[in-house]
Amino acid sequence: MFSQVGKITRRALLAAGFAMPLVATAMATTASAESVLRVVPHADLKNLDPIWTTAYISRNHGYMIYDTLFAMDENFTPQPQMVDTWSTSEDGLVWTFVLRDGLKFHDGAPVTGEDVVASLKRWGARDGMGQQLFGVIESLEATDAKTVVMTLQKPYGLVLESIGKISSNVPFIMPKRIAETDPFEQITEYIGSGPFVFQADQWVPGSTVVYTKFEDYVPRSEPVSAAAGGKVAKVDKVIWQYFPDATTAMNALMAGEVDFYESPAPDLAPILSSNPDITVEVNDPLGSIGFARFNHVLPPFDNADIRRAAIMAMKQEDYLAAGIGDPQFWKTCYSVFPCGTPLQNDVGSDLMATGDAEAAKAALQAAGYDGTPVVIMQPTDIAVLSAFSLVTAEKLRDAGFNVKLEAMDWSTLTSRRALRDPVGEGGWNMFHTWWIGADVIDPMAIAFSGNPDKGWFGWANDPALEEARAAFATASSLEEKKTIAAKVQERLWAIGASGQLGQFFTPVAYRNNVKGLIKSPVQFFWNMSVE
Amino acid sequence: MLFYIFKRILMTIPVMVIVALFVFLMLRLSPGDPAAVIAGDYATAEDVQRIREQLGLSEPIVVQFTRWLGQLAQGDLGTSIFSNKPVSQLIAQRIEPTMFLALTTIIFSVLVAVPLGTIAAYRAGSWIDRVVMLFSVGGFSVPVFVLGYVLIYVLSLKLRWLPVQGYKSPFTEGIGPFFAHITLPTLTLSVIFIALIARMTRASVIEVLEEDYVRTARAKGQSELKVLMRHALRNAAVPIITVIGIGIALLIGGVVVTESVYNIPGLGRLVLDAVLARDYPIIQGLILFFSFIYIVLNLLIDLSYSLLDPRIRY
Repeated sequence: MFSQVGKITRRALLAAGFAMPLVATAMATTASAESVLRVVPHADLKNLDPIWTTAYISRNHGYMIYDTLFAMDENFTPQPQMVDTWSTSEDGLVWTFVLRDGLKFHDGAPVTGEDVVASLKRWGARDGMGQQLFGVIESLEATDAKTVVMTLQKPYGLVLESIGKISSNVPFIMPKRIAETDPFEQITEYIGSGPFVFQADQWVPGSTVVYTKFEDYVPRSEPVSAAAGGKVAKVDKVIWQYFPDATTAMNALMAGEVDFYESPAPDLAPILSSNPDITVEVNDPLGSIGFARFNHVLPPFDNADIRRAAIMAMKQEDYLAAGIGDPQFWKTCYSVFPCGTPLQNDVGSDLMATGDAEAAKAALQAAGYDGTPVVIMQPTDIAVLSAFSLVTAEKLRDAGFNVKLEAMDWSTLTSRRALRDPVGEGGWNMFHTWWIGADVIDPMAIAFSGNPDKGWFGWANDPALEEARAAFATASSLEEKKTIAAKVQERLWAIGASGQLGQFFTPVAYRNNVKGLIKSPVQFFWNMSVE
Repeated sequence: MLFYIFKRILMTIPVMVIVALFVFLMLRLSPGDPAAVIAGDYATAEDVQRIREQLGLSEPIVVQFTRWLGQLAQGDLGTSIFSNKPVSQLIAQRIEPTMFLALTTIIFSVLVAVPLGTIAAYRAGSWIDRVVMLFSVGGFSVPVFVLGYVLIYVLSLKLRWLPVQGYKSPFTEGIGPFFAHITLPTLTLSVIFIALIARMTRASVIEVLEEDYVRTARAKGQSELKVLMRHALRNAAVPIITVIGIGIALLIGGVVVTESVYNIPGLGRLVLDAVLARDYPIIQGLILFFSFIYIVLNLLIDLSYSLLDPRIRY
């Protein structure tokens, strides 16, 4: 009896073994019956509420299932998306928005003005630009099913830029019943009116997210342009498959098991480029901007001259070579607003472009540095930032700083950077991060705040900077905005707010049968097809 | 025997409580803050604090622990801070790939390692023994991720025999895709377990082969195969079973690297992701779950001793 069972088992195993390649082929054939775009996203989708969190992956999820009133085009100009027509009163205080015909949520309900009002209010409670906008809003109400009227207390120059902002938190429109969720609690229903429907029952956190085409979505007629234009879903299904291991993701792309890899590490790019079936290119024209952030509250960086001396020691080429590597994926940029954007300028940038240890040493001595140790938090689990930290430590030591590098993981860093306590009680002096270009495109970015109470970690304190930022919010013409942005930049360098470490670009990689990629700072999956 | 089992099950309760307390305190005392991770780069310190309050992380540790114990008493492992999904549901989603990977690995390892170890013991000192031991040392020495990448390169990318990554359920996708996807990770993981079990089998069988009852069996004229199978291997089984049991426990809780290399959505990766994000409820729930698995496996191993060796009674 035992031997009989043994024979059958062996045969079965052998058969299964020989059948495997055939099975794999058969699976691929079956899958092709339905058009599916298989994507390796840049991160695991851990959370489904793009208002509750600022995580970029949640923002990208938001773009899949929700729609926005306005959307930024490739020239960084807000264009109507859900809105059909809009008008402004002569005094600039009353804004009227009329929704397009045919807008529907995934549960079949029409999108109404009430939904828009509730969604904007929830967004305005969490987002920085939203808070500023709601700071000048006197009333926001739906006057009929398709019309929303916004009345301002005073003219505000960034109404459309705010409700059409491209990156976190994006003012996505949700059904009223969902948007009425406390902004500090997560939503539990995921119904949007965007081009794809989220399949909640197929979501496996840490692994898979499935979206299907929303058949009732009515795209705009204009050609696609970044987040603006017609959002045409050209595949039946989009599957996000998260890969914790970059090499495995690369292998899966080369084997044809996935179609699109959103952010392969730059060091994998040469291997992927050598495969004739794969295209590697930079899809985000703005890339990301490296930042070295000082703690303005604690010595020695409570002294602007010492911060400026530290900035003089920094050399962008060294950071970018160490953190990114291949020069085709980075460039120096001494404007605080991303190079290639309308507000780029060079006011005060000589400071950052110095990159000279001797000049920094002289400036440090002149500033009266007393040898107070500089504690740099080094997140060893994020390769780019870990490299930036090492470069800063070396540069500052060369300039005469007493540097202490403290290794930790990013989670620890994010909790520690919120502490304003002295270094001996958990505080810190420096850390590094990056912002995607779209997030620091104008002076309203929280990265440029000079308000220590409501500003970003590091708590820069400069009333003149805040005054200039406030003026930017009321500027109406581009020329006026440029002038004010230059003033903001001048103040940022004058107080040595942060070191700017250059602009770098993460490529995307995809199989050649994928068509219709949209050039944008955010990865969108409408307009893309698999041929 | 029944009383013994009952006693052992009762003993699990204080063990689990101690594990729960230990895990809870370790997490709360270690650096890192899920609120800061949730808030993201744009958040101000005030935002982080508000999220912390909303999650109940600002309350005293005693209050948090008591609340968690209350949930546990009702069979509720809690809800993930990030995904807002019940921890029990997240574990249920991940348990199948991990269990099947553990199962295929252990079955394959035992099928290969026990005969290898037995032959090596029977021919101790011969070239066969040396080859088996050489493989064993090699199996221990090669890092799992290196072996994984080599197998993927050869069998998936070059020969195109097997898929690079992923997991397919035998229940929903069929047995063919299941084997196609589980074969490479099984091979990768098995090498170290084959090495371990083969060494243990060899050592145990060598010891048993020197016993009087083996000499008696041979003197009675029994064939060498019967001597090995009926007398030697059965008497050598207790330490081998122990190693296999520990191996299963390790496979369920600690195959993070293999799961990452082959992109298998199993429990190991769930632990790693939760630790990096400081998703306390998931970490707490999983460690309790792993502790429970360890306790149950240890009980089963202990009970199996009395089946394999009638001299052992509880």
